[in-house]
Amino acid sequence: MFSIGLGHYLTLAAIIFTIGIAGIFLNRKNIIVILMSIELILLSVSINLVSFSIFIDDLSGQIFTLFILTVAAAEAAIGLAIIVAYHRNAGTIRVEEIDKLKG
Amino acid sequence: MIENLELILPEIFVSLAIMLFLIIGVYKKNSSSLVYYLSTVSLLVLFALLFNYYSLSESSLFNESYKIDKLATFMKLLTAVSGIFVMLTSSKYIQLNKIDKIEYPILILSSILGMMVMISSNDLIVFYMGLELQSLALYVLASFNRDNIFSTESGLKYFVLSALSSGLLLYGCSLIYGFAESTNFNVIINNTNSANYGLTFGIVFILVGLAFKISAVPFHMWAPDVYQGSPTSVTLFFAILPKIAALTVFIRFLYVPFANMNDQWQIIIVFLSIGSMLFGAVAAIGQRNLKRLVAYSSIGHMGYALAGLSTSTNEGIQSSIIYMTIYLIMNLAFFSCLFMLRRNESYYENIEDLSGLSKNHPILSFSLLVILFSLAGIPPLAGFFAKFYIFMAVIEESMYFLAIVGLLSTVISAFYYLRIIKVIYFDPDMDKYDTNHHFGLKFTLAITTIFILIYFIYPRGLTDLISKIIII
Repeated sequence: MFSIGLGHYLTLAAIIFTIGIAGIFLNRKNIIVILMSIELILLSVSINLVSFSIFIDDLSGQIFTLFILTVAAAEAAIGLAIIVAYHRNAGTIRVEEIDKLKG
Repeated sequence: MIENLELILPEIFVSLAIMLFLIIGVYKKNSSSLVYYLSTVSLLVLFALLFNYYSLSESSLFNESYKIDKLATFMKLLTAVSGIFVMLTSSKYIQLNKIDKIEYPILILSSILGMMVMISSNDLIVFYMGLELQSLALYVLASFNRDNIFSTESGLKYFVLSALSSGLLLYGCSLIYGFAESTNFNVIINNTNSANYGLTFGIVFILVGLAFKISAVPFHMWAPDVYQGSPTSVTLFFAILPKIAALTVFIRFLYVPFANMNDQWQIIIVFLSIGSMLFGAVAAIGQRNLKRLVAYSSIGHMGYALAGLSTSTNEGIQSSIIYMTIYLIMNLAFFSCLFMLRRNESYYENIEDLSGLSKNHPILSFSLLVILFSLAGIPPLAGFFAKFYIFMAVIEESMYFLAIVGLLSTVISAFYYLRIIKVIYFDPDMDKYDTNHHFGLKFTLAITTIFILIYFIYPRGLTDLISKIIII
């Protein structure tokens, strides 16, 4: 019978992490997608920490995850607030049109 | 019973001050200038509180997850001092740009609190909490001028890239936790060895995340846009304080948990350092905007500071800390000059606005001359000594290639600093700028310029202080 070990959890986390990074760089459409990609990255880290915490029998990984969840919520709130402020000024949140600053 | 609780008195003081000022701001109408004034005073008190700690021996609290040693105290002192000067110089600027809300000084205080936690952290969880407290406050500060499209865009860019770098850093932290089986730095060092690929991956991710925070090449792309778009007072803050904290964290990570894996990270640091020095020198040449130019020059300066860190000797680390100290003083002086380019309630920030400045403002031009010569590293000014210590430490470790690249990029970067001096002294003059500056700005410019000028008379004052910081 097939059993699930640490390696499977780490692979899952690595795949989610890669999707998150790719989402930030490949996305040309909407900045909300970037926010979702950042959340994906943080989730993959949480999976990593919880599975490590179980396999090395140490609680601090799970505590770390709780902190990460809290911070992710605060970060999403601030990110959305900045996006709202930007939309009010520019009238758009398309990624390719955010190019007023360059040189 | 928690032992040594009195050691985090400065942090407790700042957090209580933040809550108190929030209450004052909510309950008292039009209290923005009062809160601003109180925040400056509380930073002064913080400085006084920290001052006693420099003579204490190394100690830690909360199960060794929080460390108070000479490195931490010195860097916290630097943070407090630069915080005070940032507040002093920018009070007029934020009034004229209508960003004098109560949140502004409170956000500055909270990011300073985050930096203090980062600087003292001896545990991955504590480090992450400090980093996020600092970054969350900085996102809001960058986009603080919320009716200005440039400010909000810079906030947006900073948010996306900084959140990405936090994610990378966190992924590295999770790998380190898994393979070294602890979050505490003192335990991690006992469980590390170079043969473990998981740990190597973790170190690479953590170094990439930290390189983002100090804007080292190739992770610098956010810096010019964010520096240009943010309000100048916030740019000044960005140029100094987060870099002090991030460099301290660099020292901590490299020389406490990863000290055994020297062979793995040294080449990465050398690469970051060479890339930053060369890129900072070359990319600044075509810039017309002074804030953008400062961004590129700070990328270059971070390269020199990293060169000191790559040596794995106490002298190298101490020379990096001296470099940071002198760098922050030069930046304070340069931005004070920028704040003085004000005419009819608006501020100017392009190189051509400096044209012929020497005819109408001889003293300001002389200060700029001193500051730019010092940034370029011309003796006998302070900037020269900062680079000199770095090169000495690097050459002593026989890393000649790094030293040669550093010298070359100093020569290249001298070009754009000297071009500004040419614009100031030899181009046709323009209308006069306002001269009725407030005391804090004049005081900052005077004290920093005098420091840069007379540093060579008694360099031991600073070097003796920093040579007490023993890391290895």
